Amino acid sequence: MSRYITRLRMRRTYKWNGRPVGEDRKLKRKYYESMSISVEGKTEDATVSSGQYILIEGDDDDNPFVAQLHKLYTDDSGKKKTAVVQWFVRMCEVPQNKRKLLGRDPHPQEIFFYQDRSCDNEVDGETILGAVQIEYVPAENSFPEGKSKDILFVKLLWDTKSFKALDPELMQPPQSPKSPPPSSRGPQTRALPTPDLSVMKRAMSGTLTRGSMSTGKMNSSEAESLHSASKLSAAKALSAKRRSRASSGPHVRKKLDLCSPTKNVSRDDVLGEILDEHTEKTLTSKLNTSPTGRISISIRLTPLNLNEEERVFPLSSHSPDKPKLTAHDKDDATRARTPSRRKDSAALREPALAALAEEEHEDSPIQTAATPRSKRKSAQLVSSRIRKQLNVLGNKVDRLSDGDDDDDCFIPTKTDLQSSSDEEEEAKIDSEDELIVKKRRGSRTPRSTEKTRVTARTPRKTPIKKTAPATPRTPRHATPSIPSRSAPARKPGNVLEEARARLHVSSVPESLPCREQEFQDIYNFVESKVIDGTGGCMYISGVPGTGKTATVHEVVRSLQQSAEQDEIPHFHFIEINGMKMTDPHQAYVQILQKLTDQKATPDHAAALLEKRFSAPAPKKETTVLLVDELDLLWTRKQNVMYNLFDWPTRRNARLVVLTIANTMDLPERIMINRVASRLGLTRMSFQPYTFKQLQQIITSRLNRVKAFEEDALQLVSRKVAALSGDARRCLDICRRATEICEHSGSQKNGSGLVGMSHVMEALDEMFSSSYIAAIRCASVQEQLFLRAVIAEFRRLGLEEATFQQVFVQHQALCRVEGLQPVSVSEGLAVCQRLGSCRLLLLEGSRLDLFLRIRLNVSQDDVLYALKAD
Amino acid sequence: MANCLRLKINLCIVRFRGPQSATCCQRSCGHRKYAGQWREITGPAPVKMSKRRSAALTGAQGISLAQKLLRERLCHQKLPDQPVGLDSQYKHLLELLRRTAVHGESNSVLIVGPRGSGKTMLLGCVLRELMSLKEAQKNVLLVELNGLLQTDDKIALKEITRQLHLENVVGDKVFGSFAENLAFLLEALKKGDKSSSRPVLFVLDEFDLFAHHKNQTLLYNLLDVSQSAQTPVAVLGLTCRLDVLELLEKRVKSRFSHRQIHLFSSLSFAQYLDVVRAQLSLPPDFPDPKFSDEWNHSVTKLCEDKTVEEILRRNFNGSKDFRSLHSLLFLAVSRVSVSHSTLREADLIEAWRLISVDSKANVLHGLSILELCLIIAMKHLNDTYDGEPFNFQMVHNEFKKFIQRKSHSIHKFEKPVVMKAFEHLLQLELVRPVDSGVCKVQREYQLMRLMLEHGQVMEALQKYPQCPTDVKQWALSAFG
Repeated sequence: MSRYITRLRMRRTYKWNGRPVGEDRKLKRKYYESMSISVEGKTEDATVSSGQYILIEGDDDDNPFVAQLHKLYTDDSGKKKTAVVQWFVRMCEVPQNKRKLLGRDPHPQEIFFYQDRSCDNEVDGETILGAVQIEYVPAENSFPEGKSKDILFVKLLWDTKSFKALDPELMQPPQSPKSPPPSSRGPQTRALPTPDLSVMKRAMSGTLTRGSMSTGKMNSSEAESLHSASKLSAAKALSAKRRSRASSGPHVRKKLDLCSPTKNVSRDDVLGEILDEHTEKTLTSKLNTSPTGRISISIRLTPLNLNEEERVFPLSSHSPDKPKLTAHDKDDATRARTPSRRKDSAALREPALAALAEEEHEDSPIQTAATPRSKRKSAQLVSSRIRKQLNVLGNKVDRLSDGDDDDDCFIPTKTDLQSSSDEEEEAKIDSEDELIVKKRRGSRTPRSTEKTRVTARTPRKTPIKKTAPATPRTPRHATPSIPSRSAPARKPGNVLEEARARLHVSSVPESLPCREQEFQDIYNFVESKVIDGTGGCMYISGVPGTGKTATVHEVVRSLQQSAEQDEIPHFHFIEINGMKMTDPHQAYVQILQKLTDQKATPDHAAALLEKRFSAPAPKKETTVLLVDELDLLWTRKQNVMYNLFDWPTRRNARLVVLTIANTMDLPERIMINRVASRLGLTRMSFQPYTFKQLQQIITSRLNRVKAFEEDALQLVSRKVAALSGDARRCLDICRRATEICEHSGSQKNGSGLVGMSHVMEALDEMFSSSYIAAIRCASVQEQLFLRAVIAEFRRLGLEEATFQQVFVQHQALCRVEGLQPVSVSEGLAVCQRLGSCRLLLLEGSRLDLFLRIRLNVSQDDVLYALKAD
Repeated sequence: MANCLRLKINLCIVRFRGPQSATCCQRSCGHRKYAGQWREITGPAPVKMSKRRSAALTGAQGISLAQKLLRERLCHQKLPDQPVGLDSQYKHLLELLRRTAVHGESNSVLIVGPRGSGKTMLLGCVLRELMSLKEAQKNVLLVELNGLLQTDDKIALKEITRQLHLENVVGDKVFGSFAENLAFLLEALKKGDKSSSRPVLFVLDEFDLFAHHKNQTLLYNLLDVSQSAQTPVAVLGLTCRLDVLELLEKRVKSRFSHRQIHLFSSLSFAQYLDVVRAQLSLPPDFPDPKFSDEWNHSVTKLCEDKTVEEILRRNFNGSKDFRSLHSLLFLAVSRVSVSHSTLREADLIEAWRLISVDSKANVLHGLSILELCLIIAMKHLNDTYDGEPFNFQMVHNEFKKFIQRKSHSIHKFEKPVVMKAFEHLLQLELVRPVDSGVCKVQREYQLMRLMLEHGQVMEALQKYPQCPTDVKQWALSAFG
């Protein structure tokens, strides 16, 4: 939608519109109603105001974050602009594994109301890109067709666990004027008294325009709300209490009723505001240049105060209806400014929302599909539209008054909901949001953890999608899979087959015996990092087949389990393997892809990851990165390794890196100092399994399937422990032994168990050298040639001879053996055959007679093999 | 070995193209001389055959039919019905693959044996048997790679993707970069599981060459898949290197199941003779029983012949592999013609002569007397200086000495003429410069080595047509 805005990476300048509408002296904040964004190279400014839906700059240029602007304030110095927002998420921001919870394909323009306590809802005001239009679609309705691509639809609510039907009131900006919390704030802060009566009169005079109405409402409400918002942060502490107090269904309805009187009041209110609009009409010069989004703003300057005054009355009259507690609270809030004002915060938010709602409302008769941005862009169009609107309004006063009645039915239902139940609910959300302010979105880079590029989502991609069937190029994006088999795999039939299946390395054991200590160490390390939200590195070494990767996977699995049960915060697990990439720099690409599903070139991916891990954004999830076969990520400059170990040290990265390699001294051997230093000293080495451990592993894998004799198991494990301590080897031997047993079993009809003899045979097969067998089975000339080689070696006293020398010996031996001497060609062929088996080591064959020959087997072996013949 | 490899590649290509006429294959094997002959024989045969199908064939038809049959056998175009002497290996491999196909068990195995020991044949037989099983037939995907064709992982990956018909293949082309292909394939294999995906058999011919690929990425990944709960795969490596495991990196090695099937022929000569007989005999279902009886009888008689046995024994002593035997029999069979319709002793002797001839001795026969004299001079220099390299000037001096002292029949040659002759020898690579790179030295003084054995020179002299006796004597004399 606003892609090109972000794409162009234009310099934007942000400016407050008008004067502050509220001030919080305690927090030293000044609240503003709206902000204008001017983009370099563009004549018109864009304006965003409270209640509007906005786009916020994120990592993904195509899918900027969507939010509803609640408040805008600046700090004491006036330099830093901060916005308080309610987030919406796109489908691509929802964690991948949760997406299926939706149960259907998301609409490309669909977004979700984001309800998460852990999300920071304060963002840097200067990350705002502009306004966007969002429409609420009731859960049961289908998405409207044929709307502009720029409109986003919200249908459901996403609370990080599941999708829920979105209560429209959450969405609907509070129609503030009708349901304002009883706040006496306005007058205090503004201190701009305008005669209440005069307003009323003017209202009576009856040029009722919706536009003016809305602006008026908005202004007034905002005045209060913004002010009360100042308490918001203070209110955090009470959020929990607050939440419990938050009313459930029936309560809400009750309040609704209570609130209904406000309707009338607000109407008067509205009327009064409409009058203001009159005065504002004189300001059309301003309006001409500003888009509708701004109308309210420019208008506000004068009428604001009027409204304020107006509102006081109805509100105060209304307040008694409200629950005592809240009213009391509010009073407290206004006077003492105690930090307990939840209500206020709620109040504050709703009006903010209201502003936008009203705005859209006002637009709707003319041009529903228009987005705020498009309006902004064409100022003339807007001004003309306003004129038109005014005309229309003038002509249709009667009709409008009817419409107003409708509105009375219509809007209040919403607004009342908002004002009463929502008031609290929002407050709840608000406070909750505030509570975990720092946890989620940063002021600058909102979380991007699960951001993915859902192709169908962005407008640009939709056309591609349309053309997709025609082009054969799409397969690259298709998910690959091996075709499934026509007949299902057969299950193991007998004990031996069962044992074999269990002993296969690929079968996932129930537990990992003999690695308890290592498991605990890694578990503690990762768990502490995840809980603290910090980062760190760990280096795990050990010879192949000692369970390094399996242990880490086990750790992650159990951590994920406890995360599921909310014992520890959620985290993101990513695995890369140095062997499974073609080039060390592909590591970036793979990490990025697993993190965000984006595809990028290595350089670009590195830049994106760099940005992601260094941005001071309190992301909501820790990332656990497992780097297997680390040594293959070595490059001359070692920048891949450097980055991998450097990111966790960043303050905001929240990255835990677990690295695995075979050699214990890898950091010392191949890493330059700055890399080794970043890796730190958290190291662990997996010792090769001892024979007892191997035995335990097999036993636990077999899990009471009786297929082996005890002695046989011990033999295998002792043998493997002596050789390598590789558990894979051990399992493979056992598996082979079961096969041998199966084959011999039919003949000998033994105990049916795998015995010593079978294991011995398997061991022999796997470990015995085949050279001797090869020599024994060689042809006569080949054997003679080997003998000639040895004879020549003995003669020379060297371990190397040329073919010519050996050939002379060979011919002599032939004569001794009574065979006809072979020709040079034949001799060379014999030599090459032995060379291809690697019984001999040969130089290139183009050297012909002068190629040098070495033995690849010891002379004793050769003689032994030839003698036994 | 080079010949052997070339033959294999030729066969590979032929196999890729699909079944082709025998004549074509003969040509690709390089025996043009005989190919023409066959065409003459096979030409008119089909016409007549269609006329009198059931009746006894004429002599020519019988011969051509018999030759066709034997050629198929000897050129490895048809798998034998049962591998000879490899029963246990056959069972082992079949059982292994059956488990992969039926139970979805991942496996890896190496078939190791010297060249010509029947690795590919064994695998072919096993696969044929496997595919005849109903439950395996449609369940197995086969990917065949050859280390000589897929010389790096990039090509190998493309080939795998193409053979598996994965989605990034359109037509025969594979899309994506190397990295993408790898990720793609791994993703594909990762998605599968033991019970539901079709097992994939990866046949890696010349397995040792894959171990030379960078980082052994392909092997690591294939073997890793075979050791983890992903799509069931069977990795079958064929190699002739006994030390192939030492080529594998330790983490790759750890993932390999260490299952090796060794093919060493422990054939005795008697068995060898039986094989020869079986290879040459016509099957009982041969259309012309009379001809086949005659033929088989002659074959039996041939095998009992002393000379033939001597030839076969020499061949057997040289190498036990059947490929060398086949090329011998092939030449013999192709000598059969209408004039003598059975395989005779002389055919085999002639074939043996062709096969066992020393290639360099053959070259020597085509040299001029002058060149031969130079060779002899070099031989003398070699004898005198015990194999130390020589240069043209030394050879020329030696030659001049011979002309002056002993020669009666040979006239004096100008030095440039001798030089020319010497350069011809250089071109034939009968002499070779010691260090090829250095050109600074004047040509006359460049150090050379003779690439001939003593015996080769003498043998050539014996057979050289009309060799002057003084030259012969000079060659035989102890010192120049």
